Order: sequence, then C-alpha cells, then structure tokens
Amino acid sequence: MVNLTIDGRPVSVPEGTTVLEAARQIGIDIPNLCYDPRLTTAGACRMCVVSIEGFRNLATSCTTKVAEGMVVHTETPEVVEARKMILDLILANHPQDCLTCEKTGNCQLQDYCYRYGVKETSFIGEKRQLPKDTGNHLIERDFNKCILCGKCVRVCAEIQGTNAVDFVGRGFNAVVDTAFNENLNLDNCRFCGQCIEMCPTGALTNKQFKGTRPWQVEKVRTTCPFCGTGCNFDLNVRDGKIVGVTTGNPDGVVNGRALCVKGRFHTDMIYSPDRITTPLIKKDGEFVPATWDEALDLVVSKFKEIKERDGSDAIAALSSARCTNEDNYVMQKFMRAVIGTNSVDHCART
Amino acid sequence: MTNSIGEIEFNDCLFVIGSNAPEAHPVIGSKMKRAKRRGAKLIVVDPRRTELAEMADLWLRITPGTDAALVNGMIHAIITNGWEDREFIETRCEGYEDMWKVVQNYPPSRAAEITGIPEELIVQAAEIYAKTKKAGIYYTLGITEHTTGTANVMNLANLAMVTGHLGFESTGVNPLRGQNNVQGACDMGALPNVFPGYQSVGDPKNIEKFEKAWGVTLNRQMGLRIPEMLDMALYGKLKAMYVMGEDPVLTDPDANHVKKSLESLEFLVVQDLFLSETAKYADVFLPAACYAEKDGTFTNTERRVQRVRKAVEPPGEARVDWEIICDIARRMGYEMNYCCSEEIFNEMRSLTPSYAGITYARIDKVGIQWPCPAEDHPGTKFLHQGTFPRGKGLMQGIEYEPPAELTNEEYPILMTTGRMLYHYNIATRHSANLDGLRPHELAQLNPADAAAIGVEEGGEIRVTSRRGSIVTKVTVTDKVPPGVMFMTFHYKESPVNELTNSAYDPISKTAEYKVSAVRIEKVS
Repeated sequence: MVNLTIDGRPVSVPEGTTVLEAARQIGIDIPNLCYDPRLTTAGACRMCVVSIEGFRNLATSCTTKVAEGMVVHTETPEVVEARKMILDLILANHPQDCLTCEKTGNCQLQDYCYRYGVKETSFIGEKRQLPKDTGNHLIERDFNKCILCGKCVRVCAEIQGTNAVDFVGRGFNAVVDTAFNENLNLDNCRFCGQCIEMCPTGALTNKQFKGTRPWQVEKVRTTCPFCGTGCNFDLNVRDGKIVGVTTGNPDGVVNGRALCVKGRFHTDMIYSPDRITTPLIKKDGEFVPATWDEALDLVVSKFKEIKERDGSDAIAALSSARCTNEDNYVMQKFMRAVIGTNSVDHCART
Repeated sequence: MTNSIGEIEFNDCLFVIGSNAPEAHPVIGSKMKRAKRRGAKLIVVDPRRTELAEMADLWLRITPGTDAALVNGMIHAIITNGWEDREFIETRCEGYEDMWKVVQNYPPSRAAEITGIPEELIVQAAEIYAKTKKAGIYYTLGITEHTTGTANVMNLANLAMVTGHLGFESTGVNPLRGQNNVQGACDMGALPNVFPGYQSVGDPKNIEKFEKAWGVTLNRQMGLRIPEMLDMALYGKLKAMYVMGEDPVLTDPDANHVKKSLESLEFLVVQDLFLSETAKYADVFLPAACYAEKDGTFTNTERRVQRVRKAVEPPGEARVDWEIICDIARRMGYEMNYCCSEEIFNEMRSLTPSYAGITYARIDKVGIQWPCPAEDHPGTKFLHQGTFPRGKGLMQGIEYEPPAELTNEEYPILMTTGRMLYHYNIATRHSANLDGLRPHELAQLNPADAAAIGVEEGGEIRVTSRRGSIVTKVTVTDKVPPGVMFMTFHYKESPVNELTNSAYDPISKTAEYKVSAVRIEKVS
C-alpha cells in the first residue's frame, strides 16, 4: 500500500492507483470531464489538475499515480485559477444556450461553471457552426456542444466494441464523427446509446428525454425484460409515465452501465396503442370487451366443466419465460394444485 | 451457465459455438470482444460470418447440423496428441472408455468431410482450446435447436471434461439463455416433469412435500410438453389451454400445425399484453401488466436472481399475471391469496432448496446466484468446483447424426433461423423506436444464390418448404455461404416458422429451427 496525504487527510491505496481515484476513495471530488472509472484515461480535459508538493507544474490527477509520502492539494487558489481558465477556454467555443439546452441540470460543464463562477467566456472569436446529426430517431448529435473529451469514443471502442466514432480533423476543425462523416446509421452504429450517458455536455441526446428536465424524473431500478443476460437499468418516470431508460449503477455486477439498443430504447412499447386494456370474450367470432367478472367466470365454468367431463389432464398451460418467477410459480401451482395436472410448460426450448 | 458473465472478459480462450452474442446477447457479446482485445484467443463456430466470426482468431464455418462431428474431431485430436487433462479425467469423470469407442471413429479428417471445415482448423481449434487453462465454451440455440440438441450439449460437456475446463473461474460449459427469465421459469417448475427447483414429480417424497405445503392431492402422472400438447389437442385429447405470455403461432415450428392444434381446442385462454397471433384463436383474452408495471424477480442466464420493480400503473384494467391466476383459483374454490410478490417468493423458497437463502432484502442492490441454500450463503459464482452433482462427470460417446431434413433437388437451399440485434422475439415490433430501425425482414442470401434467381439487394423472394410458403425481402451478402440462407422469426408479415421443421430432439423436445430445406423464387 502507498500512503499519501490529500487536502490534509491521510489515505492509503494500492500501488498504481491514480491521485484522482485515491481522492475519490475518501470522498474528495476532483472535477473532471474526460474521466470515467471504466475507461482508459486520456488526460484530455485538464479539469482534474491538482497541486502536488515538489512538482514544478500542476498535475492531472487522473493520469498521475500515487507515490509514498505524496502531499496533494486539490483546491488551492492556483488550481482554481487553472480550472477557471480551462472552463473559459471551453466556453469560447461552446454555445451558451443553457436555458433551452436538453442537458441543463445534468451537464458537467454547467455544474463546473457554477462551481467556479464562470459566467461567460473572455475569449471572443469564431465558434463552430456545424449542422446537427438528426438523421435517426433515437440519438441526436450536436457537434457544436462537443468539448472533445473523447469519452464517447472510448466507451464505443472499449466497452461496446463497435468503434462507431473517433476524432476527425485537427485543431479548430476537430470533431468526433463516424467514418466518412456519415450520420449515425445501422451500418456504423449499434445504437446502444452508451455514448449518450458518457457525454458530459449536450452534444449527445437521447431523443426520448427531449422535453424532460432531469429533476422531473424518479428513477426505479429494475431488470431488463429481453434476453437472458439480465442487465440492470433505471426506468425514468415522470408524472406516472416512463420517459426512458438510464443506467446509474456503475458497480452493477452484470452490465455495469452497458446496455444494448433494446434495453435502452424499448420503453415506448409499454405505451403502444396495441396494448389490450380490458378483458375480451369472443362472441360470434369477434372479440368484445367484457368485465373481469364476466371473463373470469367464463374461464372458471369452462375449466370446471372440462375437468369434470374429461379429467384434469384435458387442460394444459403455457407459462412464460418472459414473466417473473412469482408469476411462474403461481401458474405451475395453479395447474398442479387447482386444475390437477402436471401439464405446464413454457418455451424453454426455443 | 456453469460460470458467470463477469468472468467472460478474463477468459484466455473463448470457444463460441452456435451463438451470435453481439446481436442476441449484446452486452455479453461486448464482453467477449473485450476478452479478445485483451489477448484472448477467440474461436467461433458458425455457418454465418457474424461480427464475432469476423474478429475471430479461428472461424470454423460449419455446415449447419454437423456440430457433433466437429466436437468429436476436436476430442479425437486432443486425445491422440496428448493434450487431454488425464488427472481430471481419472479423478472426476467416468465413461471415458465408452466415449472413446465412439470418438475414435472421428479423426479430424472425417470431421472435416462432414462439417466442411478444413482439417487443420479443427486440429488448431482443439489445440488452442485444450492447451489454454482459462478456456470457456459458450453456446446458444445453434447447438440446441437441432434433433440432436441434447446430444450436442453432452458432447460439449465431453470436450470440457476431457480438457479439465470445468469447476474453475473463466472456464465451463456456458449456455447463453434466450429469454430474460427462461432460467427462472425452469427453476420455478413451469415444466411438466418437475416441481420448483427441479424436484421430480415422479419422486413420492417430493409429491408428499408439495401435497403438504399446498394442502391438496397431486397428480402423479407426468404432464405434457408443448409439442405433445399441440398433438394431443389435434387428437382431441386435450380440450383446453391457458397460455400466458407466449405466442406459439409465431415462435413454435411448423406454424400451420400449431394453428390447427389451437383450432381443435374446445377452449383457449390467452393472457398477454397484446393481441398476439395466438390470441386470435382465443375464446377469452385477459390483459396483463408488463414488467414495468409489477414487482418480482427474474433469474438470468448465470443463475442470478434479480429484482424487477414496479415503476408505473398498468394501463386500463390490465392486471398482474399472478393476481389474475390467483383470482381464477379462488373462483374455482382454492384459496390462493398473496399480499405481494415477496410473499410468493418466500413460499417458493421454503420449498426450493437452491433458492432457500435468497430474500428480497438480500437482492435489493445486487442479485444472488443460486444454489444459495441458506441466508448466510453467498451464492454460487461457478458450478462443479471439486465435484459434480452426480459425483463423477459422465462422458457419453455421441455419434454424428444428420439433421432430420436435408436439401434435395426440389428444396435445394438450407435455411437457418435466429435473432437480430434490433428485435427481441415478437414483442419489440410494438416499439416504434426499435421497429423504426428494422421494420421488415431482410433474409440473408448468398450472391450466387441471389444471381441464380435474379434477385437483387432489397428484392422480394418467395421461400417455400414442405410445410409452408412465405414472402420476404432479402439482403444479398456473403455473410452466408452459397446454399445457405438465414431468416429471423421476428416478423408476422414473413412468419418464418410456417417453414421450419417440427422434427424434435427426442429428449428435450426442442425443434430443429436451425435446419430446414427450402426453395426460393423471385417475386416479380
């Protein structure tokens, strides 16, 4: 273990830990825009600079490994000045439309400007004026709000394994884009949406969340209803209605914060106009709406009639690999204990 | 899975057979890709050039339905070259000699002839898999959806046992299960031969235990499996069915047979979210709540029991599945009353030893993997450490048997089926978000076969098997080899299961979805 001091507090961490991670372990929040614990470090944004005694310059804490006896200060006037300048420079080429920006309230850039009192940029010059990628119905890309932190590039390469986007161009013209600068499409992107949650600004937007402020939603953690992987995610509920899905559990043992296109974007099917919302009984070949009493009494009378006439084994049930354990337990108990047959099965084989 | 999802990226060799994980299990697929980037050797067995096949160290382009011959060829190479784990075979397994009696007839040269895979690739795959300590087998329905599905799985177990790749981290025989809770539905005893926790209905001790718990006299007769239900309905022996959350008309093989069976029933109840193709045959439809509208648990492919939480109210008069069932039970004179899903779970775990130690409180944040016999038990990350449930691992020689249906002059194309990334079975068609990405089928057809009938990218073809005939759009691609085409089963407009063969594995009753003989014609 390596012993060091951060803001006067002693901390002991394994060799190879970065200063930023060591600080996080004792609850010291060092600002950062390009760091994520699941990704390789880039040291791109410089927001995480700290003062380390004996170092000539401020050091990026996300790339600096701890050393025995190191003494670190995370909020000295010198450090604060540096962070303000970094924010000032980022704002020099960033739209200041926070009032109507979808990201407001969930924007790291906004949060740090607030934290350090950076109201506007002091550098007046040319700003990017690039058209948005609105070519698909799930993810919107606004290149003008991108601060080139590269987290979307790394999550796509390192977690998702698709490499849909990378840095293109140099200097002022640098953007994160697809090969041949095409819009996101089925050939270059898997639409897992992991880049959206990585983005520290409003450059990437989940279109399902447009018009909803982050403080308007409650998050309910649940398990994905599609394949057998069992990813965890949060349903975002606003006024009793699901807006969309986020992943807020970086320590989740199955998927961490990873998801696929189905887990991320499926929730509109819950509100499909095709949902049936009342019991139906078929009369003369057509379904007509019925009350629960009518429907269940009919089911019960038919089950009883057939059981008495033809025996319990004349009735069978298909339970469901899509329903909960509790639903399945109750269904097999019903068939065995009430109908009196073991003929209950489900699509375990398909 | 014998092992866990979290172990995948730490494998040094992944032997992926009959699994298109990046599309069917995308998050697991990404972990496989991470393992590969870390330096793991990736061996992919697939007739199609899938995303994993493209990045594999070895891609074994197998003729569909010949898996047993490949695995036998690999075991042969392993044993004749001395790459096997003698200690594991001798201390933990039995039946080696019987297994070898069969496998000795499958030198890699013969396996190559049957599978269409070059002999040297078979030997290389065997060497890499056998010599790498952390080597895991991953398979999906490409292995099981055959008339030889059970035998295929036993053969993969042979391969793992011969090399000692069981009972350690990042090894094992790992089926990636299809549905969110197919593991749980099996665990809960939604099967005709077992009570919850795989307790046989043929064992008087189990009968006694459940009779006492439920206060009834139970039927000793094993129940019907799905294909038998459908046959019995057709023969007039089965009169009524209660179908919850399944759509056999779209998802079971030989759909026309399924439809006839359902038409033969006297009474059909369907409980679902949508008026499915199956629901159209129902006498009564009961509207159910979806996963976001109820509390409960799902059990994933690595046996991890995780919470499902109610986020919103069901629409209209829709109700939670178990509440509807309990209501019917009460109306039939049997008191089934639960305050909440947790009470059901607690009753279930009191009767299910492998779930006994799992409580809602314990899985509030992180799920637990069964077996978990007691509340102070941490759960089980990987199975078969030190011993197998039956004591010694049983090796059984598996002969290669060809698929039930072979191509001929009249039906010259071999059609195989599966999932794609943007849809999940049939319900995602109701999501405009997902359906907007891929609103129709795009059958994969090799350029040579496309040219032969004069169809181009995006064109329409008629596909006909001995059982049915459908129309689909095609994409022309060498991802499938000449003579093989691929379709998904997501689209009711091109219902592929009207074509598939309902020939079943004799033990599991799984149908041969992966091999049907068809002919194709251009639709003008």
